[in-house]
Amino acid sequence: MFSTTIRARRIVAAATGALVVAGLAACSDDAGGAEGETGAESGDDVTLTVATFNQFGYTEEMLDRFEEEHPGVTVELVTADTSEAARTNLTTKIAAGGEGLSDIEAIEVDWLPELMQYPDLFVDLSDPELESRWHDWKVEQATTPEGQLLGYGTDIGPEGICYRQDLFADAGLPTDPAEVAELLGGDDATWEDYFAAGRDFVANSDAAWFDGAQATYQGMVNQLESAYEDAETGEPLDLATNTAVKDLYDQVLAASVDDELSAGLELWTADWDAAFQNDGFATMLCPAWMTGPVEERAGGVDGWNIADVFPGGGGNWGGSFLTVPASGANTEQAQELAAWLTAPEQQTEAFENAGTFPSQVEAQSSEEVQSFTNPFFNDAPVGQIFTSRAEAIDVVPFKGANYFSIHQGVQDALLRVDVTGEQDPEASWDGAVETFNSLGLM
Amino acid sequence: MTLLNAPAPARNDLDNRPPRRVGFSQRLGRWDVKFSPYLYISPFFLLFALIGAFPLVYTAYVSVHEWNLLGGQGEFVGLQNFTDVLGQPIFWKSVANTFSIFVLSAVPQLALAITIAALLDQNLRSATFWRMGVLVPYVVAPVAVSMIFGRMFADQYGLINAILGGIGFDPIGWHSDRLASHVAIATMVNFRWTGYNALILLAAMQAVPRELYEAAVIDGAGRLRQFFSVTVPQIRSTMVFVVITATIGGMQIFDEVRMFDALGMGGPSRNWMTTVLYLYDVAWGNQKNFGRAAAVAWLLFMLIVCIGLINFYLTTRIAAADGVRSSRRRRPKALLAQAPTGAGAPVPPSARPPSSPRPHPTPETDHTHGGEGR
Repeated sequence: MFSTTIRARRIVAAATGALVVAGLAACSDDAGGAEGETGAESGDDVTLTVATFNQFGYTEEMLDRFEEEHPGVTVELVTADTSEAARTNLTTKIAAGGEGLSDIEAIEVDWLPELMQYPDLFVDLSDPELESRWHDWKVEQATTPEGQLLGYGTDIGPEGICYRQDLFADAGLPTDPAEVAELLGGDDATWEDYFAAGRDFVANSDAAWFDGAQATYQGMVNQLESAYEDAETGEPLDLATNTAVKDLYDQVLAASVDDELSAGLELWTADWDAAFQNDGFATMLCPAWMTGPVEERAGGVDGWNIADVFPGGGGNWGGSFLTVPASGANTEQAQELAAWLTAPEQQTEAFENAGTFPSQVEAQSSEEVQSFTNPFFNDAPVGQIFTSRAEAIDVVPFKGANYFSIHQGVQDALLRVDVTGEQDPEASWDGAVETFNSLGLM
Repeated sequence: MTLLNAPAPARNDLDNRPPRRVGFSQRLGRWDVKFSPYLYISPFFLLFALIGAFPLVYTAYVSVHEWNLLGGQGEFVGLQNFTDVLGQPIFWKSVANTFSIFVLSAVPQLALAITIAALLDQNLRSATFWRMGVLVPYVVAPVAVSMIFGRMFADQYGLINAILGGIGFDPIGWHSDRLASHVAIATMVNFRWTGYNALILLAAMQAVPRELYEAAVIDGAGRLRQFFSVTVPQIRSTMVFVVITATIGGMQIFDEVRMFDALGMGGPSRNWMTTVLYLYDVAWGNQKNFGRAAAVAWLLFMLIVCIGLINFYLTTRIAAADGVRSSRRRRPKALLAQAPTGAGAPVPPSARPPSSPRPHPTPETDHTHGGEGR
């Protein structure tokens, strides 16, 4: 029948067409497969991506060196502008099942508590050979209760006091770093010593003593062993009855508001930036990595220096780790690269490049670090100072899964009194307690 | 291959063709007429289903589960997330902030936009230059805008407070006073969107027949009278569009508030935290609670739909009141079916054609006015 023939012809034509298409697809598949195979045969061509933020001090020359030592490996650096952007990128991609994560993801110590809850997402990096590389407390920070090491330590944030020697001189205070350290209490410096010196200073100067209550409190709370949560159980402590935190809160606000030592600035705001150029304050807590941001904002201001002293014993503020997400395709090579990047030699180089103080015991004692000075801070021997500051750290604050939710509430309370001035300390504390209660943790 | 070269069918086969084949091809033709238009517009709906409807439905699915950003899907919890969110004072504060910022931005923005559009609608030298000029702020990235305005609205060392201090006023606490922070954020929004809306309104104004203005001039109407009696009624459908897009944009404001301070969470008292910012904080902040965030997203969606409906009702009411007046003028030309509408009775919204059947002159004829100066 005519119609059937037509139909048959059409069907056959369609079928032939489909076959041709399928054949082509198969061909290209073959070709692709063949290419892949030859690629694999010519030595393990692997591209490793390293995601960092701000400045880690890893240069192209450094990565080239690794590539030379490991033929077939290409290393690519992905840098985010801010740690916040890197954090969002990391958490979002983890939420998406690990798709698109770099082979090595740099994380800040502050993100550890929440990531610790999901150790399966990361490769266990513990390696007996590397155990003595870092200070113990640095390793402890990234170790889960089960003993899994989440990341290799890069830099740390041992804190000294940055100060304006020109403003000190105008107010009749000593300007030499050693004398300033003595003025602030020397080896046994307390917060009361620091605030007392501040009262002397503001009586004779237009400038404030420190930038803000928020930053100062940050330094104080980092000296509490377990600020908001029980170190043993990880259970949150009721903020309403948390006398340790309330003491610090009262202390810092009394100094900030009653004694008028604070310039009333919130970190990283436009006002804070501008205050560096306007002689807004004379001292600030200075973790090693802070020297970079200060120089960035205070360009053209000559008087900055660093004193080898810190109130209330040593303190650590910040610091980062390199982790290897478990979803990566080349986790073994990535672990090797992470270990290489955090080796003393590389971290020394990174310190010279970006001022990030190494967490490696050997790197800290190296000649390069010990002799390193910072011209912007009137040639302060920052290598020596921060080594000495790192040795003074004797407390590792416990930060559990809810640390930041609670911490945020207290910080907000400080800002309401010190920066926006909308509430008095007691009312603002009540607000912090209310915020804590609304978290529903108790 | 041999089958494809099958011999031509014998002639008598044709005669034996059963009549139902004709019926089928006819039916095909009918289907073609009936369904083809839907096939032609289906790409939009498929795309919409993929990027619009699916996320909406999936968000609803997430909102009834426990769902941690890192931990993933948890247990089914019903409407628990919704009651949790509605029970949080910060959610309500964020809604109030959103409304406040929305009103402070939308109202002056539209008033300014229509004024600018009216001015640009005049016979100007190098009109295109001026017209494109108003769009420049829109091209600037919102983050850059926020950084510039952040410097201006800084509390202690900000430009505006410095000027205020210079002429003897007290500085304004842009980050401590709730209303002041809303004004500051609304200013950024207005800077960005006024020119954009002005251009849309200008396009509508260009389509207003020039004879109407000539007639108005002959009737002795001044510039202001022409604007309110000719321009505004003629562009009202465009104004409805602009108002509704401005509403949706206003409810979803994020960039400017996020960049207003260092933390981007609406300040220590959440004085300028908007609902979208609250959503962001719940999902990506310390809570990492996707379930609740999805609930916030749905609440926001319903809120926007509600506001949109109210908006639509109000604007059509206004438009309808105008429409009665102008339709009387146009009735012979427009041939409206429901001619005997009482002067006071509002035309039901459904009966009002969105772009009334007035003749649309080609843009070219209109532009000749603007080109005269060259």
